[in-house]
Amino acid sequence: MSLLAFNLPIVALLPFAGAALAAWASKINRVASAWTAAAITILALAFLAPSMHLPFQGETLVQSWAWMPAIGLDFAFRLDGLALLFALLILVIGLLIIIYARYYLSNKDSMGRFYAYMMMFMGSMLGIVLSENLIQLVVFWELTSLSSFLLISYWQHRKDARHGARMALAITGAGGLALLGGVLILGNIVGSYNLTDVLAAGDMIRAHELYVPILVLILLGVFTKSAQFPFHFWLPHAMAAPTPVSAYLHSATMVKAGIFLLARFFPALSGTPEWMWLVGGAGLITFMIGAYTALFKHDLKGLLAYSTISHLGLITLLFGFGTQLAAVAALFHIINHATFKASLFMVAGIIDHETGSRDMRKLSGLMKYMPHTAILAMVAAAAMAGVPLLNGFLSKEMFFEQAVFAAETNAWAWLLPVLVTIAAIFSVAYSLRFIHDVFFGGEPKDLPKTPHEPPRFMKIPVDLLVVICLAVGIIPMFTVAPILAVAAAGTLQGVPPEYSLSIWHGFNLPLMMSILALILGVGVYFIRHKLFAIHAKLFERLDARVVYHAILNNTLAFALKITRGFDKGSLQNAAVWIIGASVIAGAIGFMSSSASLFGSREMLPVDPVTLVAAVALMIATVMTVVWHAQRLVSLITLGVIGLVIALGFVKFSAPDLALTQLSVEIVTIVLLLLALYFLPQKTPKEIGRFRIGRDAVIALLSGIGATLLTLAVLTRDFAPISEYFLENSVPGGGGTNVVNVILVDFRGIDTLGEIVVLALAGLGIYAMLQGMKLPAPNKDIYGRFWDTDNHPVIMQTLTRLLLPLMLLVAVFIFLRGHNLPGGGFIAGLIAAVAIIVQYLSNGIAWTGERLKTDMHWVIGFGLLIGTGTGIVSMMIGFPFLTSSFTYITWPVVGKFEVASAIAFDIGVFLVVVGATVLSLVQLGRLSNASHAPHQNSIPAKKQEAK
Amino acid sequence: MMQLTAWPVLLPLVGGFLVLFARFGGLRLQRSLNLLIVLGLIFLSIEMVKVSMTGVHQVYLSGNWIAPFGIVFVLDKLSAMMVLITSILALGSLWYAIATKIDEKGSHFHVLFQLQLFGLNGAFMTGDLFNLFVFFEVMLLASYGLLLHGSGRLRTKAGLHYVVINMIGATLFLFAVGALYGAVGTLNIADMAAKIAVAPPENQGLIAAAGLLLLIVFGVKAAMFPLYLWLPAAYANTSAPVAALFAIMTKVGIYSIVRAHGTIFGETAGDLAFFWTPWVLGLGLLTLALAALGVMAARGLREQVAYLVLASVATLLVGVGLNSPEALGATFYYLIHSTLVAGGMFLLADVIARGRGPMNDKFTSAPIMPNAVLVGSMFMFGAVAMTGMPPLSGFFGKVLILGAALDHAWLFTIYGVVLVAGLMTIVAMARSGSLLFYRTQPCNELPGEPVNKSAFVAVVGLLAASPLLVIFGNPVSNFTELVALQQFDSISYIEAVLTTPAIERVKP
Repeated sequence: MSLLAFNLPIVALLPFAGAALAAWASKINRVASAWTAAAITILALAFLAPSMHLPFQGETLVQSWAWMPAIGLDFAFRLDGLALLFALLILVIGLLIIIYARYYLSNKDSMGRFYAYMMMFMGSMLGIVLSENLIQLVVFWELTSLSSFLLISYWQHRKDARHGARMALAITGAGGLALLGGVLILGNIVGSYNLTDVLAAGDMIRAHELYVPILVLILLGVFTKSAQFPFHFWLPHAMAAPTPVSAYLHSATMVKAGIFLLARFFPALSGTPEWMWLVGGAGLITFMIGAYTALFKHDLKGLLAYSTISHLGLITLLFGFGTQLAAVAALFHIINHATFKASLFMVAGIIDHETGSRDMRKLSGLMKYMPHTAILAMVAAAAMAGVPLLNGFLSKEMFFEQAVFAAETNAWAWLLPVLVTIAAIFSVAYSLRFIHDVFFGGEPKDLPKTPHEPPRFMKIPVDLLVVICLAVGIIPMFTVAPILAVAAAGTLQGVPPEYSLSIWHGFNLPLMMSILALILGVGVYFIRHKLFAIHAKLFERLDARVVYHAILNNTLAFALKITRGFDKGSLQNAAVWIIGASVIAGAIGFMSSSASLFGSREMLPVDPVTLVAAVALMIATVMTVVWHAQRLVSLITLGVIGLVIALGFVKFSAPDLALTQLSVEIVTIVLLLLALYFLPQKTPKEIGRFRIGRDAVIALLSGIGATLLTLAVLTRDFAPISEYFLENSVPGGGGTNVVNVILVDFRGIDTLGEIVVLALAGLGIYAMLQGMKLPAPNKDIYGRFWDTDNHPVIMQTLTRLLLPLMLLVAVFIFLRGHNLPGGGFIAGLIAAVAIIVQYLSNGIAWTGERLKTDMHWVIGFGLLIGTGTGIVSMMIGFPFLTSSFTYITWPVVGKFEVASAIAFDIGVFLVVVGATVLSLVQLGRLSNASHAPHQNSIPAKKQEAK
Repeated sequence: MMQLTAWPVLLPLVGGFLVLFARFGGLRLQRSLNLLIVLGLIFLSIEMVKVSMTGVHQVYLSGNWIAPFGIVFVLDKLSAMMVLITSILALGSLWYAIATKIDEKGSHFHVLFQLQLFGLNGAFMTGDLFNLFVFFEVMLLASYGLLLHGSGRLRTKAGLHYVVINMIGATLFLFAVGALYGAVGTLNIADMAAKIAVAPPENQGLIAAAGLLLLIVFGVKAAMFPLYLWLPAAYANTSAPVAALFAIMTKVGIYSIVRAHGTIFGETAGDLAFFWTPWVLGLGLLTLALAALGVMAARGLREQVAYLVLASVATLLVGVGLNSPEALGATFYYLIHSTLVAGGMFLLADVIARGRGPMNDKFTSAPIMPNAVLVGSMFMFGAVAMTGMPPLSGFFGKVLILGAALDHAWLFTIYGVVLVAGLMTIVAMARSGSLLFYRTQPCNELPGEPVNKSAFVAVVGLLAASPLLVIFGNPVSNFTELVALQQFDSISYIEAVLTTPAIERVKP
């Protein structure tokens, strides 16, 4: 397989491997990680090299593998002229920065971390420019946001670094999300997420009704990344990063990613008025604001930051013109800006490194101390100002030409050349300030270090770049022309227009503008102190960052208000929402249909017994609510409710349920009594009439809702599947008590689940109360001590007598269960009550001595038997819980039916007994433990008496 | 092969009482038994996924009673997938509990753990609405016990809220099931769908009301607005392995909506077909907005992760609400991602809280924690995954869902909410990461205890799901799309359940 089939992904992914390698290498030797990073970068270049000739031959190399075809995501890379230009910028300038940073970082800084982040960033950038698939491009795009977060916050102990990093992440991350949205919609209308298809579909995209949303979303990504107005403010704050990072991020990479995207989508999205106004408008404003603000920054890096913003605005404006020539000029300026800005950042780093300051109010006269650096700075700054014979001049001329050309388009466009000339004047002024303030003007004042030239290798990267600035500026045709041509072809996806790179075009308007800018720029510089004063008075406080913080803080305050307002940490509040929602849901459901709420079935006549029971139920319920403050009383009314419900079951011929309800009632009341002991006897007073009113309304509504729902069901004809159960109970289940057969056979799994619930309740209560000590009152509400006679003799005697009788009843109820009302569940409850009564009347110690079985075993065996019965049927080839039964004739008893379901019922029985006794005894133990203080208090009193 | 369908439910039940008996052999025995069974469940569920790939619904008639009279378990792609995710998550959670000895801090951790799995797997396997209620109860009791494990004031308070709210949910469940039973006379999901398809028009209001009530019930479980108030406190205050295991609990709600509503009120339901989906979509979007605000407003890391879980559930609701096979497939991909990563994040939050000693997981500056670089890197990794940043699975899951929303009428609302909510979580997580790991105070001694290597294995293991989901993005998303397609083909489900015959009994 040829290397050309897979080299592009290697180029993009190699730096990620390099990141890990560099981090690891730093453990061996500090400098080793720098060499590793450099070696990886060279290796990446080497992998890129074999395919470099292809764009020059007019070919586009695409390497693609399917990844997630469902969303149109391919693992796809592309190399055309544009990609090649950017890849080279990223790798070459990256390499220079790596060398430079090795000397820049101090002993305290972790080399491994720095180079690891740097390599991650490089890989992400390469991924963006080499992506063929748009979703993959977004992936790398967001990766640059993440890795730049790490790079900017490299000096994490510094507050400005942390804040700058977070701001950059928030702004560029937001843009990335917008870009994702835009790209998804774009790919959807094109029908493919591959650039080849998207770039070919320009006319269709521009004509599509979703063109404007797509454009806005993608431009949000571009503007945030490339620091275009109004998102420009993050860039100066990112200057808290180490200078090599700034040099890399803000010359050739991070901020250029947005510009790259403009170039990339140029054939697909440009050429509409919307494009012109949005891109051109943002570019122009950014260009001017940046140039103006840069002059007033006293920090070297601050000046460079705003200058970067300004130049990015310039490039954006060029793309905004929308003409092919303007795009060529933009590409040319991208190259030039990358070279001179990288050198200037590195110079700023050298100055900072060797003098300990970046403040232009302190720095001056450095020419004497570092002449070599000074010359490098001067050449680069002159390129930035657009001085002839340097690369910046050439692209600026092309820019002016485009501005003049655009001036003829409409009535107000004559302003354009004027505005860009004003911005150019400021560019000259701040470039001059960078040189004059720092290198001239007398001795430096109170610098932390005595300035001197940096180590030789720290300057070599700058030397190289400055030579390029000169070479491009003087002999463009022999240096930059080929790569510019191929990049232009890649950007335009076609043959680029005619353009001239020569230095001399004769005396024309653009040249006049340049000369004007140079002269007036020098003038502005010399009246700068007056301007500083005016600026301080008028604009100092104008800072987009303030807006950003206001937005952030307001969002945070809003988040707090909403979150705490909705989640009050109150159970009642949550219950109101749920019950309210259910009432609304029910209402919406009924209203969605035009059919009447009630069915056509006739109501049954009301008989007096039912009426009395219903009224009793209602009264008891209302009384529970009224008396809820007195816990003991409300417990009694609750008992009444339970009893009436049991009677209701009897009335509707459900004796099983009635029996269950009764025994559950008993156990629950005992449990509640044990628990109530620890609670105050009266509930605290509720606050707020509003709350009571609200709750009353909700309660009423839900009551009405439940009634209506029930009536809606009951007034309709009912054809359930229960006939089948009645028919199959005896032949299929071997029992005449259908309820029991349903429980242990037809729907045995339900019962199995429910006994697990019971077991869980027992085990959960055990675990919860294990080792717990609660303070309990030693008096009742009237201030009387509890009775010390815990176990009255009459009760003891009676209950011991009752035990065998109750157990006998339990066995009886159990055995008849399959055919007559009864069964394991009820029998279990009865047996449990029998045992609990012993505990109550005789005490835990006495009963525990006689009943040595640990209830955990009982629960475990219950589950084992219940489950085991089912598994046995699996062993003989039937599904789980398939029952079988047979009839055997016992002496005396007569014909007796033995069903496997009975074994299952034994399991139920055991779990019920085990869980009930376990939880009640555990609760009892708790009250026993807390009884101690009272009994202790008597001896204590006696002692006092003594 | 037929019995395979029953075992994911039976194995943890058997495990439950075996571990209970093992109590008499000491904690070590309980631990190894529990681990063994969870491993068994993983192998079992892999088998299930394999079987489900045949595309045939495996219907298991418990008690050998045909549907709709007995209770059926159904093994299809969806249930197999859910059981598999649960078992993997359980392994991570259990491993961490053992490695950090959290299981020692109270009784019955391992029993409750197994029975929790019993409840979960039962809910995923059952084809009966009332049986689903029973398994909800099993889950509720087991989770309540687990929630309180290790005790503490805040934990007890959160536990009370949790249990009471879920009891209200259970009551509503009975109302809904009762009304449906009254209207169509059956409890079996497939049979219910078949009966609703032919229900007379005058019953439609009643059926719709019951369906929406049921949505409220599942919404409580899934933590849908305005029913999620139990979630933040419960997840934030319980012990780490329990919180991690609970990452699947909300997904039970999502699953139930997909299974019950998707089948009962699916394409066969006539006028009621998919009438519930706009509600799920709208409430999902609302939940997502509130969850993102909650992530910003969180006071501690665990609370923040809890709100992130809420956000991921909301994203799932949006995916379900989009109501197309592509969207549902995307939702399942996101479900796998969010469950496992959220589990890992809860464990990681515990590692961080332990490392910070007295400052715990509160968002205030503290001395630097032990292993700060390693823990910090893992935090960044987890945060990237949870907030849906590339290159991890959260991003791809979100892209899948957004991609499925492209032709939806609410396109811009959906994109707006999902993307802005994503941004808010990114901003919030960057802030907490910067605070926890960067803004540290100088201090000579380490404030907290480092967590042993073995515990890290669990965290790394769960978080590793994320890159794996990216690398194997295609097979996984293909699989989830198949799951979705099978779920949308509710007719085959109904047919399979209602036509599976019982095994002939040889009459004695």
